[in-house]
Amino acid sequence: MDEHIAEYWRKNVRLKVILLTIWGVVSLLLSILLVEQLNQVSLGGFPLGFWMAQQGSIFTFVILIFVYASTMDRYDAELEAKVNGDRASS
Amino acid sequence: MSVEGWTWLFVGITFALYIFIAWRSRVSTTEGFYVAGHGVPTVANGMAVAADWMSAASFISMAGLISFLGFDGAIYLMGWTGGYVLLALLLAPYLRKFGKYTVPDFVGDRYYSESARVVALIAAIFVSFTYVSGQMRGVGIVFSRYLNTSITVGVLVGMAIVFIYAVLGGMKGITWTQVAQYSVLIIAYLIPAWAIASTLTGTPIPQLGFGSVLDRLDGIQTELGFGPYTEPFNNMSMLNVLFVTIALMAGTAGLPHIIVRFYTVKTVRAARWSAGWALFFIALLYTTAPAVAAFARFNLLETTAGQNLEQVRAENDWMGAWEQTGLLAFDDLDGDGIIDYTPDEATNEMTVDPDIMVLANPAIAGLAAPVTGLVAAGGLAAALSTASGLLLVIGSSIGHDLYIRVLGRGETERERLLAGRIAIGFGVLGAGFFGINPPGFVSEVVAFAFGLAAASFFPIIVLGIFSKKTTKEGAIAGMSVGLAFTAIYIIMTASGLMALDPWFFGISAQGIGTVGMILNFIVTWTVSRMTPAPPDEIQHLVDNVRIPEVISAAKAAEALD
Repeated sequence: MDEHIAEYWRKNVRLKVILLTIWGVVSLLLSILLVEQLNQVSLGGFPLGFWMAQQGSIFTFVILIFVYASTMDRYDAELEAKVNGDRASS
Repeated sequence: MSVEGWTWLFVGITFALYIFIAWRSRVSTTEGFYVAGHGVPTVANGMAVAADWMSAASFISMAGLISFLGFDGAIYLMGWTGGYVLLALLLAPYLRKFGKYTVPDFVGDRYYSESARVVALIAAIFVSFTYVSGQMRGVGIVFSRYLNTSITVGVLVGMAIVFIYAVLGGMKGITWTQVAQYSVLIIAYLIPAWAIASTLTGTPIPQLGFGSVLDRLDGIQTELGFGPYTEPFNNMSMLNVLFVTIALMAGTAGLPHIIVRFYTVKTVRAARWSAGWALFFIALLYTTAPAVAAFARFNLLETTAGQNLEQVRAENDWMGAWEQTGLLAFDDLDGDGIIDYTPDEATNEMTVDPDIMVLANPAIAGLAAPVTGLVAAGGLAAALSTASGLLLVIGSSIGHDLYIRVLGRGETERERLLAGRIAIGFGVLGAGFFGINPPGFVSEVVAFAFGLAAASFFPIIVLGIFSKKTTKEGAIAGMSVGLAFTAIYIIMTASGLMALDPWFFGISAQGIGTVGMILNFIVTWTVSRMTPAPPDEIQHLVDNVRIPEVISAAKAAEALD
């Protein structure tokens, strides 16, 4: 069982790293560090960097949490199936 | 019916609703009192978190602040939402799995140390108390502005309401009133926003429509000598925007009254989903606020700047009431009868308090009197819901962490529950006292509560979950260094005591929590590698919070075989 749990934790951490990278790129990189470059582009009246900082980043945050919750549901179910399988065969 | 009549009506109806809910959800166990019996449904908890989170400042002041800051207002928008990603991914599921009542519970148990528990409980009380006095004052201010009572009367009414539902229902009562309060505040925020978006942009969806005023707004601002509205870093440097945003994010994730809400749901899975719902409900307001800010700024400049003062007063009868409160003031310095609005204090003839932007919104948009009453009820809902969440943290810190865990009292369930009720009762009295007699430092401290939370709780909770080797020596050293550095820097640069220039790379007091947080991470990590590893049972505790409930059960069954 312990190797299944270790694998579950590795996958969990990898998922977090991916999602937090997106989080950092969208909020810190695009909305703050590169905002002046992005503002050269216009999107429906919004300078793009301004839109990312005041709207786009918030939408992204909401999506990131829901993606995390649904992916973890899948990882939970996989782990449970493996553990139950081991117990049934032992 | 007059505006005041409508306001009394809405305030009366909503207060009656809160008391009714409190009566329906009264509790008789400590588990019910502190964590609502771990029985709050996922989406309802999301709403409760949103109400817990969005204070009088979010509801009344934020849009106004953004309208004066332009782009730089993004520090609040991203800072106060981005923290939920950290909370959902790094903290909430594991603290729920840990399954106790408070943040000091986790810190004390994980770091097998009573001193760590005591430090955590002092920090929790300090952060919550400074924050809650501002909320009580917020209740008083809404009462005084809309209902012409004194601020003191408003604070007393607010205290009475919170006292009833917090003492009676504890976390369960607070949760269900927060669900109702979220509904009231979001309706009160969105209706005027929809109406203004429709008249100004032709689309009722503020998030879409506000792009169409930005170009003109940039133009007017430039003409008047303010920088363009959408141009970044007009008010603060890029480095400061970055550091303040990070400090607000990590601080949000470390605030005890938000973290404890995730103890109230049934499972770890529910904790993850309810974090998503919480941010969804918060985002409804937080993506509307920047639109309201731009509309309000545009309306204000169009109506006033360069216009004839007497004519403006005659055409906008709502202005008189706000001039009387002193929140809006004209001073025709050059005597030409024209309102000169400039960034230069020597020639500027109009001063506007940011709070007006939301409070006067319905009147500016020409909406009927009932909407103004609704906005007042919404502001009260925002202040009361946040106050009650904070009071619960104060109550549980004293009634549970101090009285039961540290002092080892409370043998019977009855005694433990009574201790909780009395502690919250005293919390209400204390908060009310500071609401009526606000100490001068409160408004500063509230802003810095985030920096302090970021520099103290956030790193040691994250490392406590993700690094089994983190030791009590590491955590205590890290927390002390982070807190001391941040607090001293704030005192040196932002308080009246020394008023030094921000000497650390020019980072402002608001953003210094980020540096404190980084220091805390480094110190905790390093000291943990130089001190003896935590005992086996602590490492097992960490292993256990990382896996779902069914797997823990299977592991326990395997151990029995």
